[in-house]
Amino acid sequence: MQKSVFTSALPWIFAAAILIVLPFIFTGGGSITIMNQIGITIVLAMSYNMLLGQGGMLSFGHAVYMGIGGFVAVHVMNIVENEYLWLPLPFLPLVGGLVGLGFATIVGSFSTRKAGTVFAMISLGIGELIAACCIIITVFFGGEEGISGDRTMAPPTFGIEFISQKEVYFLIAFWVLLSIFVMYLFTQTPVGKMANAVRDNPERAEFVGYSQRWVRYVSFCGAGFFAGVAGALFAINYEILTEQNLNTVMSFQVLLATYIGGVGFFLGPVFGAILFTILQTVIGLQTDLWALYTGIVFVLMVMFLPTGLTGLFAMHLIPLQLGRLGMLIKPYAKIFVPGLAFVVGAIALIELINHVRHHAEEQFMTLFWIEFDTTSFLPWALFLIMVAVGFYVSRAFAKEVAEAWGEATFVEGERR
Amino acid sequence: MDLFIINVIDGLIYGLLLFMLSSGLTLIFSMMGVLNLSHAAFYMLGAYLAYQISVYTGFWVGLIVAPILVTILGAAVERYGLRRVHQYGHVPELIFTFGLFFVIEELVQYIWGRSMVNYNSPESLDFIAFNLAGGSIPAYKVFMLLVSVGIFLALYYVLARTRVGMIIQAALSYPKTVEALGHNVPLVFMGVFGVGTGLAGLAGVIAGPSLTTFPGMAFLLGSIVFVCVVVGGLGSLFGAFVASLLIGWLQTFAASYNIGAADILIAFGYEYPKDVYYHPWRDLWTLTLPQIGPILPYILLILVLVFRPNGLFGKRET
Repeated sequence: MQKSVFTSALPWIFAAAILIVLPFIFTGGGSITIMNQIGITIVLAMSYNMLLGQGGMLSFGHAVYMGIGGFVAVHVMNIVENEYLWLPLPFLPLVGGLVGLGFATIVGSFSTRKAGTVFAMISLGIGELIAACCIIITVFFGGEEGISGDRTMAPPTFGIEFISQKEVYFLIAFWVLLSIFVMYLFTQTPVGKMANAVRDNPERAEFVGYSQRWVRYVSFCGAGFFAGVAGALFAINYEILTEQNLNTVMSFQVLLATYIGGVGFFLGPVFGAILFTILQTVIGLQTDLWALYTGIVFVLMVMFLPTGLTGLFAMHLIPLQLGRLGMLIKPYAKIFVPGLAFVVGAIALIELINHVRHHAEEQFMTLFWIEFDTTSFLPWALFLIMVAVGFYVSRAFAKEVAEAWGEATFVEGERR
Repeated sequence: MDLFIINVIDGLIYGLLLFMLSSGLTLIFSMMGVLNLSHAAFYMLGAYLAYQISVYTGFWVGLIVAPILVTILGAAVERYGLRRVHQYGHVPELIFTFGLFFVIEELVQYIWGRSMVNYNSPESLDFIAFNLAGGSIPAYKVFMLLVSVGIFLALYYVLARTRVGMIIQAALSYPKTVEALGHNVPLVFMGVFGVGTGLAGLAGVIAGPSLTTFPGMAFLLGSIVFVCVVVGGLGSLFGAFVASLLIGWLQTFAASYNIGAADILIAFGYEYPKDVYYHPWRDLWTLTLPQIGPILPYILLILVLVFRPNGLFGKRET
């Protein structure tokens, strides 16, 4: 099936158009800042998916490659500022990427020998090691306060000095698109295809004549490169890097964003990164419990929806093709109301308990734009009823949903 | 010499504490093939539950009740969480336990706040057990040592001498055969997971007063425990024992001998730079052994994984 150059280029042109238009649609105060953060997370999550989704390697220290790329990028930024080196800012991500690549070639040379637990443990060990080194090697990592630079001191590119957030946005958007494009091309190469084969069945891949270790090594180095790119973008956007950018918590966040989006799909991490960053920035402003919520959502997702959000969408392609999507609307609508009641009630209860335990001196609290008295009996009873009834009713409706799903995806003569 | 003996004892206590965690972890791994990354979170949970109980009833009730609660919780996690995730494969299992670690950590902060809690050793153990080489050993440390040794002996006895231990050992290597013989292997899994996490909880209960009970305690010890298990060889109880003691001593000795890199460099004939804080190699010159103590286990881990992927005493490929 030969596609013309134009049809295969169409999605990319479309994506570029969206990226250009976005800052003119969302002009509100913090929206550019959030979009920059999303862009950085997208590159990082996509590079992580090269390991986990496409290569089957579970890394607990992916933030290290981003961090090291970022730290070197800040140092380079300072060198450029002191005019020892001439380098326009848009090329800085390339430097970060090469540093990430270099570090990945060293680590990968011994860590990719095995996938699975050994790989995961080495990545955890390296992650802890580098994070601990941050405090010790102050010349490079700057100790606890990290190191900072100034992006505007680089030689101007076509007169742009990257002073405003918007200018930085276009730089990040360009690199996001370029990175995704190159990563997409990588999946189309023989080694990219073999990465999937090695993930699914390393023994058979060996029989076909490929060294599983070598295939993993190439994916690992590629992932290191793009993590470094993300690090340099981070350095450009925030102009500071600290130990927090490469510790285990950060690595966990990368895993979280990627997994929520869906590891089995090429573009899954993009959705994951968007959702995760919005949750982090928007919900993080509303409540100091956001990490608890994301953690719970994450664990539930691993348990009940291992294919992630994109997997959820992809699941619905089958009833769509069979023209039976309409059969699902009614049961979905039915479960939505009690489900929502349960979630809202549970969140309210959690927040209420948190308020009483840690901010008991304030009698009134505001939740979902409503102010109420925490000492009165009414809110407690209301939220408890919402949780209990919501849980009970949605469990009863869940059976209906499952039945409707079975009918909607049933194909005559096919074994399910 | 005085310092040496004190360090040997301190390292032994720390190492045995690590073993209490790593023994459960390695048992769970050898049985279910999954490395429980949330293991240290159960350790923290044990400390916090014991603290909460001790507020009402005193230390000794907490010592008994908290590990039991953690055991029940661990068994529930296996029954309702891990067993479901198991069908998706090993990588989701690891991710699940990793996520669980963060959830428990956040939950603990949610319930008990972000600062440390005032969990103390019982007054009946607030005396100096004996003086040794100029230093004194508090009775609580002796108590920790006794509990750890007791747990070690009990574990050994159960695994090597009882029928339950035989079934567990058999289920380690041939789960299918054991199931065919009529034993309820999922129940054994649940039990081992529960007891393993319960041991971690017990370790938390007795470590809480001496290492302080704060939300970062799981993170502090968590990765070290994995190092013990991996260095000792995944699935090897004896290996976990040796590695735990090794790392216990490694960290204790590194923390108390203030050998600086400067001493070594001067011994090699280099001159100490005048303005060391502006020197390009200032980090090397100011480096001391206590500083690199915390990263020694990770260096050991990476070296072992590179040169001996099965660990020191591990028999099987991971």
